[in-house]
Amino acid sequence: MFSKASKGSLFPYYIWIALFVIAPIVLIVYYSMLDLNGNFTLANYTAFFSSVYLKMTLTSFWYAFLITFFTLLIAYPTAFLLTKTKHKHLWLMLIIIPSWINLLLKTYAFIGIFGLYGPINAFLEVFGLEEQQILFTDFSFIFVSVYIFIPFMIIPIFNSLDKLNPTLVYAARDLGASSFTTFRRVIFPLTIDGVKSGIQVTFIPALSLFMITRLIAGNQVITLGTAIEQQFLVSQNWGMGSTIAVFLIIIMVIIMLLTGQKKGGRA
Amino acid sequence: MKKLSTASKVYLLLVFVVLYAPIFYLIFYSFNSGGSMNNFESFTFEHYEAVFGDSRLLVILINTVIIALLSGLIATIIGTLGAIGIVSIKDKKMRNTLLSLNNVLIVSPDVVIGASFLILFTMIGVKLGFMSVLVSHVAFSIPIVVLMVLPKLLEMNTSLIDAARDLGASRRDVLTRVILPYIQPGIFAGFFLALTYSLDDFAVTFFVTGNGFSTLSIEIYSMARTGISLTVNAISGLVFFVTVLVVVGYYFVTNRTKRAGQEVQR
Amino acid sequence: MKSLVQATVAIIVVCALLFFVADRLESAGSAGSKDTITVYNWGEYIDPELIDQFTEETGIKVIYETFDSNEAMMTKVEQGGSAYDIAVPSEYMVEMMKEKNLLLPIDHSKLPNLQNIDPYFLDLAFDPGNEFTIPYFWGTVGIVYNPSLVADHLDFTSWEDLWDPSLKDKVFLVDGAREVIGMGLNSLGESLNAKDDALLRQATDKLITLSPNIKAIIGDEITPLMINDEATVALTWSGQAADMMWENEELDFAVPEEGSNLWFDSFVIPKTAANIDGAHAFINFMLDAEVSAQNNDYVGYSTPNAAAMELMDPEVIEDERFYPDEELRDNLEVYENLGLQWIGKYNEYFLEFKMSIR
Repeated sequence: MFSKASKGSLFPYYIWIALFVIAPIVLIVYYSMLDLNGNFTLANYTAFFSSVYLKMTLTSFWYAFLITFFTLLIAYPTAFLLTKTKHKHLWLMLIIIPSWINLLLKTYAFIGIFGLYGPINAFLEVFGLEEQQILFTDFSFIFVSVYIFIPFMIIPIFNSLDKLNPTLVYAARDLGASSFTTFRRVIFPLTIDGVKSGIQVTFIPALSLFMITRLIAGNQVITLGTAIEQQFLVSQNWGMGSTIAVFLIIIMVIIMLLTGQKKGGRA
Repeated sequence: MKKLSTASKVYLLLVFVVLYAPIFYLIFYSFNSGGSMNNFESFTFEHYEAVFGDSRLLVILINTVIIALLSGLIATIIGTLGAIGIVSIKDKKMRNTLLSLNNVLIVSPDVVIGASFLILFTMIGVKLGFMSVLVSHVAFSIPIVVLMVLPKLLEMNTSLIDAARDLGASRRDVLTRVILPYIQPGIFAGFFLALTYSLDDFAVTFFVTGNGFSTLSIEIYSMARTGISLTVNAISGLVFFVTVLVVVGYYFVTNRTKRAGQEVQR
Repeated sequence: MKSLVQATVAIIVVCALLFFVADRLESAGSAGSKDTITVYNWGEYIDPELIDQFTEETGIKVIYETFDSNEAMMTKVEQGGSAYDIAVPSEYMVEMMKEKNLLLPIDHSKLPNLQNIDPYFLDLAFDPGNEFTIPYFWGTVGIVYNPSLVADHLDFTSWEDLWDPSLKDKVFLVDGAREVIGMGLNSLGESLNAKDDALLRQATDKLITLSPNIKAIIGDEITPLMINDEATVALTWSGQAADMMWENEELDFAVPEEGSNLWFDSFVIPKTAANIDGAHAFINFMLDAEVSAQNNDYVGYSTPNAAAMELMDPEVIEDERFYPDEELRDNLEVYENLGLQWIGKYNEYFLEFKMSIR
């Protein structure tokens, strides 16, 4: 019974969609059909299907997948353990606070931390290991990306775990289910909406990551986001940049349809 | 409640150490008398003094905080209402369309959002500055709020609402007494993540700002070419400590009053 | 519900308070002056004390806004919506802005201090007669390296040194198509303004053979890496190299003899200007010998102001790495505006090269 009353609540939301989603999409699609001289063309679209951009699409996907996977892998147990702590809401806030410090500053800090003479290498040295260049590797890129997305993954999972009825878990245990079975059959299915939401807010933006592809990966990882950035700012080719953006949006919609809720609306 | 095992504690500790490492690194160097985050020369407070001597930087900091809080608040209201509306839509296609549209701004790189908002604002003839930045931040924060509130709404047991209705609750009551309290954690999560989006944003703000209005991000990014000054580290350190103090303080104060309230009731 | 309402009220109260404080701070800064100009510049690219001094001397309040790339700045000026009285673009961007009619002419009669500028830096190809620009800082593109970490026979007087096998995985490049492809062209002995597909192809192929030596292609983050001895060799701008060498005295900088880029950042008055007289007053102020010397001390880039150089530390201005004499300068080329078509091509080749480094 969310019915009619809640329809009215959509009003400001619809205005937002019309002004800040539909209008920009129209603009982007329009620009994507312009060449450098402002003439109509579909050349940008054919250019996208060159090997360079397809390769980039695949790279973007692969890294977004890796980032999401590792973020989930670390975030789920963290969220789970957080719900068991005494001051769980305080701890949750303390997970969010680091994300309020400017990202570029934190990235510079990471450059220092990962550096040859930084604390990590100093630590490795204590164990007699050799100094390693950690920067500009897949490891550092994924590490920093996971770092960025972790609060976004933990929060929705925490919220769905938090309200989980403990009696359900006790019941399952009483009925002889092992911890793992309890998790797989009871806990995980009940938190699936939170997990989905976490995956969406990680995977989708990870597709268009830029900046740290340069700062942390030294341009050894080139994503669609980086390419768009370059087209808009450096090449001043808004047409090609918009075309890539159109494809990013299409890819996102496909992902949404694949992970979308199977359940119907609430009556 | 069972106590956490040692392994669990170590795991959590590790997560927190990693999350805070770069911040402590920044703060450490904010006491460096050398000019940059490279060699630590000797201890000094000069960068903190510089913060308070620079009224322009202070105004920018305040602007940043105002924009974050206000945009977070407005986005949370619109986003929460939107999520409630989306859940009420029965047509599956319509719902998926709305959700896809919702996520367009999350997948679009900041440059694209910034450039298209800029074109939009200049087309309508909006004067660039505080308002245009605020509106843009509201705009790109709404989707994250929706995505945080939605799972709580989906989990919600419909029988709760039916029961309330059967007991004669009005629609308004259902919203304020049943739905909102239930989805409250989602609302707060949305708000806090909207703050993150707002505080982190550089590209969108850059494009839509003007007439002397600036935020911390813009200052920091435009310093990159000639080297980021440690004053920025100092200001971040201050912001960080104040935030932690406010959050921890607020948490314990409300906890105590809650407990006191419960005792009185008894 | 109660806590939601409480939180909302709290946020609004805090914002109102902050508004009040910000307002007080702002009005304290501008004691009743109505005359203002907006300066649009790179971050940390001016001594802030000078801005205060300018306001004291002229009564004009300065609103200082910052940008982080030429292109982004141009987009803002082009779209309008905000009044910028002064901007500081690089020379290729000056040409682009000129083409788009985004600049207002500068009235030299209002700039008595213009005579302080070394004539060498006036009347350049990108702006004949200095109709639209007044030079602010200049520099070159070259190689900054750490002599103690590279083999002795490398002194980077030639671009070929970058290809030396001993530098495997050690070279850092800047993330700029013109700089990197330009270096490829220079290393072939060609002009870095080449508009010839075959030549660009050849330059890119040559660059691809450099891939094994490349550690990363990054931007301004190279500065801390060089300072910390983490990077050995980097292609970078002279201004940045100066910053690095200020902090790490072991570093050295060389501009290869085959030729390189000579760049300029200049004052312009964009068409968005609202206070044109104020803008001229500001430029004239910055051209003053003492002001310029002080500013140069703060920023550390090479100044075109001959009168200011006389007031500066001779050690600085006699350093040929940053103040090359005219003979050396003649080897250098200024970027021409190649047009969007060719800029696009440079970027495509650069992308191809980037994709080859792993």
